[in-house]
Amino acid sequence: MIRVILPPHLRTLAHVGSEVAVEVPSPVTIQSVLDALEDSYPMLRGTIRDHDTLNRRAFLRFFACEEDWSHEPTDKPLPESVASGKEPFVVIGAIAGG
Amino acid sequence: MSGVRVLVGTKKGAFILTSDGKREKWDVSGPHFAGWEMYHLKGSPADPNRIYASQSSGWFGQIIQRSDDGGKTWHQPGTPPGETTGAGGTPKGESNKFKYDASPETGKPLTTHQWYDGTQHPWEFKRVWHLEPCLTEPETVYAGVEDAALFKSTDGGKNWSELSGLRGHGTGPKWQPGAGGMCLHTIILDPSDPGRMYIAISAAGAFRTDDGGKTWKPINKGLKSQYIPDPSAEVGHCVHHVAMNKSRPDVLFMQKHWDVMRSDDAGENWREVSGNLPTDFGFVIDVHAHEPETIYVVPIKSDSEHYVPDGKLRVYRSRTGGQEWEALTNGLPQSNCYVNILRDSMAVDSLDKCGIYFGTTGGQVYASADAGDSWNPIVRDLPAVLSVEVQTLD
Repeated sequence: MIRVILPPHLRTLAHVGSEVAVEVPSPVTIQSVLDALEDSYPMLRGTIRDHDTLNRRAFLRFFACEEDWSHEPTDKPLPESVASGKEPFVVIGAIAGG
Repeated sequence: MSGVRVLVGTKKGAFILTSDGKREKWDVSGPHFAGWEMYHLKGSPADPNRIYASQSSGWFGQIIQRSDDGGKTWHQPGTPPGETTGAGGTPKGESNKFKYDASPETGKPLTTHQWYDGTQHPWEFKRVWHLEPCLTEPETVYAGVEDAALFKSTDGGKNWSELSGLRGHGTGPKWQPGAGGMCLHTIILDPSDPGRMYIAISAAGAFRTDDGGKTWKPINKGLKSQYIPDPSAEVGHCVHHVAMNKSRPDVLFMQKHWDVMRSDDAGENWREVSGNLPTDFGFVIDVHAHEPETIYVVPIKSDSEHYVPDGKLRVYRSRTGGQEWEALTNGLPQSNCYVNILRDSMAVDSLDKCGIYFGTTGGQVYASADAGDSWNPIVRDLPAVLSVEVQTLD
């Protein structure tokens, strides 16, 4: 299982705690993690990435193993420690006031 | 026992205020959708338990929420209450999806509109400003969005399709954003003619359809806007809000950027009725539920100073359909007040006497149970109010 940490507003929307676990087929990439997340929690569709283009929403960032993956190709395999469930894949809202 | 339910959208959540017909004591519930911008909530005239809500965020985009029990519980249409996964009749999260129709079969090419600097800019969906439930069918609801377009759902908000004749009717490249963005903020359904609908866009103007949204015409003759190159242009006017009394659907009242306007022929022609207002800049306008010549506005100092003039919160009422206005101040702060009242933040109930409600950017929601003669705050300290609607309950 892949561990995913969501920002607070999306936890409320999906009725989940700070961390969720989703089954992700190999290879484990940003795209496959988000596909699995949206399959399990369809109310999140459109909130992390655009419905049509699947581009990351502008004010969200992706982190894995304390590294910024926001601008990495979405089909690039995530680190083994994320794929094994040791480390979480983290979705963070950018700090921009409000 | 009659009563009212006031639906308040704020910058940080939604609140529901309820009272009996006396409208003296209020129950307040909320915040619903805490921390999110709630641009608009509105109940179905055909089923008062059905309420639609627009929830949005600069981070997470647009969400549509729906209540089927008068605001006690909420869910995203297509995702029933309590269900979080998609097994069996899979919820697809489609209710969040507003896709401009650019298909050759039913759509219009997704062209460009005018940007702040006069250059052309591509159409980009940002949020839903206004939800207008159908007068007769609870499952049907319209959504006015930014960048300006009109969407319709006939399945309770699960799926949305654009009425692309509006965006594509030809003047789109001349539309431009106002200070709040290029938003379709007003939708008025004609109770006497199911095919007729009015909408308004900042900054494009007002438009009317007579065939249920297939074709549209600009209805801006008589508007004059000194801030655009051709002050009497067919489109480009920054209309802030339009209101109608349903007993007289051909008569419309408009609060434009500057100027309060009136049309007696379904928008074909407009004339100014600002009369003796201290300033005719403002955002809200509404009509008394039982007296179609009694209208309300809240003058704002200017387009660069978005607060009430002289530190005094005054609603102005005209009992003559405009021109002659009286200030209503009883119960409203008359010193050191510098709030704004945004375009969708005034509503009227249909009790006798007519109740008037408005919300401020300072977080107050004021109510009058006597058509404006006196006012009381229902709540004083909410987040900035974005919208106020009211349901009159039997």
